[in-house]
Amino acid sequence: MATTSRRPAPALFRPFKGGRLAKHVLLIGFGLVMLYPLLWMISSSLKPEELIFREPGLWPSQVTLENYTEGWYALKHPFGYYLWNSAVITALSVVANLVACSLAAYAFARLNFPLKKLWFAIMLGGIMLPHHVVIVPQYIMFSELGLINTIWPLVMPKVLATDAFFVFLMVQFIRTLPRELDEAAEIDGAGYWRIYLRVVMPLCLPALATTAIFTFIWTWNDFLSQLLYLNNPDNFTVTVALRTFLDASSDSSWGPMFAMSIVALGPIFGFFLVGQKYLIRGVATTGLK
Amino acid sequence: MADSVAVKPRKAAIPPAQGGHRSTKRSRREARAAYLFLAPWFVGLLVITIGPIFASLYLSFTDYSLLESAKWVGFDNYVTMFTEDPRFIASLKVTTIYVVVSVPLQLAFALALALVLDRGLRGLSFYRSIFYLPSLLGGSVAIAILWRKVFGADGLVNAVLAIFGIQGPGWVGDPDTALSTLILLHVWTFGAPMIIFLAGLRQIPSSYYEAAAVDGAGALRQFRSITMPLLTPIIFFNLVLEVIKSFQSFTQAFIVSGGKGGPADSTLFYTLYLYLKGFKSYDMGYAAAMAWVLLVIIAALTGINFLASKYWVFYGDDK
Repeated sequence: MATTSRRPAPALFRPFKGGRLAKHVLLIGFGLVMLYPLLWMISSSLKPEELIFREPGLWPSQVTLENYTEGWYALKHPFGYYLWNSAVITALSVVANLVACSLAAYAFARLNFPLKKLWFAIMLGGIMLPHHVVIVPQYIMFSELGLINTIWPLVMPKVLATDAFFVFLMVQFIRTLPRELDEAAEIDGAGYWRIYLRVVMPLCLPALATTAIFTFIWTWNDFLSQLLYLNNPDNFTVTVALRTFLDASSDSSWGPMFAMSIVALGPIFGFFLVGQKYLIRGVATTGLK
Repeated sequence: MADSVAVKPRKAAIPPAQGGHRSTKRSRREARAAYLFLAPWFVGLLVITIGPIFASLYLSFTDYSLLESAKWVGFDNYVTMFTEDPRFIASLKVTTIYVVVSVPLQLAFALALALVLDRGLRGLSFYRSIFYLPSLLGGSVAIAILWRKVFGADGLVNAVLAIFGIQGPGWVGDPDTALSTLILLHVWTFGAPMIIFLAGLRQIPSSYYEAAAVDGAGALRQFRSITMPLLTPIIFFNLVLEVIKSFQSFTQAFIVSGGKGGPADSTLFYTLYLYLKGFKSYDMGYAAAMAWVLLVIIAALTGINFLASKYWVFYGDDK
């Protein structure tokens, strides 16, 4: 990373050097084209229904919050109800992933045990496995257990550390920590649990943050498992509720749907603003997206 | 990767021949602790992953509807797929086109933008965030809804085209254009691979460029002889990742096509058809068989990617 700042403007674009301003203009222009649909959705959510069709422009000539109030109460439950369902599942998933994945990662990174290499290879293999190979039997299993329309099919896999990617991420991170810390704690009489909890975990904060942020975003955005396991409107999460919105509303009532889409994106957008650094570092170093 | 697992090899728990040797006692204690730490993961591996993998392999040879017990039918599901199920073939075709067109396009955009941004430009982090944002949101239901509306017959795109007096097609309602709207959505999320490219560009020592400049290499020459070869491992990484990911795309096609893969199966993604078979028609044996075909396809593509990489991926002179 340190090599960048000193690097002279690479040669490919040297002919442009004089036109640095032009480059900024081009980049901003391109960025605007990219974000245009998003900005248009925000602007449309604030426009009275009849203007959405007629104005492709971004600045609403008339601003109203009606779409938000209408959308909030358009489904069986007020939209806050679905937000809460999503929040519960997401919060449990984040906590479960943090605990379960870090436990496994500590063992892989620091402890020795028989067949360690084999288990580690199996864990890595799990990262590659397409989810679809296991969804049918998983569905049958949860259905036999009578757990459809509960949060268990969504949270249980996280409690059991099946997001192998995060285990791997933390293993890689823990390996960068000096072992002398563990050894010093051990000499002070600390057991493995204490070392894990008091020495390794506090130093793992960046890896834990990355895990928490990505688990949050993936779970909040998840559609397929929530569609499969939650089919009673009383259990709907935001994503599944939004989808019924699409089915229920005629094509003319875009406003409320856009308004609720914005509400659904809100938490992700918030995380994006707050956790940008971790997010971008997470993508750059691990390929998590 | 595997060679770094045992950083400090100690003897594994071997029962001591006589009496308790201190170090074996210790290593046994350590192994016990490790298995405790790994207990949730082991249970998950068994119950959530390995068990279901074998169950799904078994189910793929059966006719199973969740209501009656599974009936063994041998290779019937697999044979039916390739010989009597035009929708399966359609889904395979749609997904293949989607992957083959959208992945290279997306990576080309990602690389181009990474190259433009990687020049000590002011406001780098600002641009990086702007271009990354769609990647973060792209898989969500809300954006898929937006896409459906933007590319609707009376949507934003046609409203903009109308300003120029162009009558646009029905986009998502037209079998000829529906898939291209999904491809565009995928290309729109080029920000994540772009960030990986940026990280890769940073690893290239600036001294290489300086030396090349001294030797009189021009811009294009430097790009061709330094940037591209040194970036091939990153291109490869992104390629493998995106192919695996886009073969499993689901949400966008589901929402844009209203859960049906229409019009005329033009957006019937593989996983969407799998979902419809397994969880709408409750043809679970068939869905399991489809999942196995998907696994084989992804494994084969990844394998081909790795084999082909020998010819174009450059790992530096240390190997």
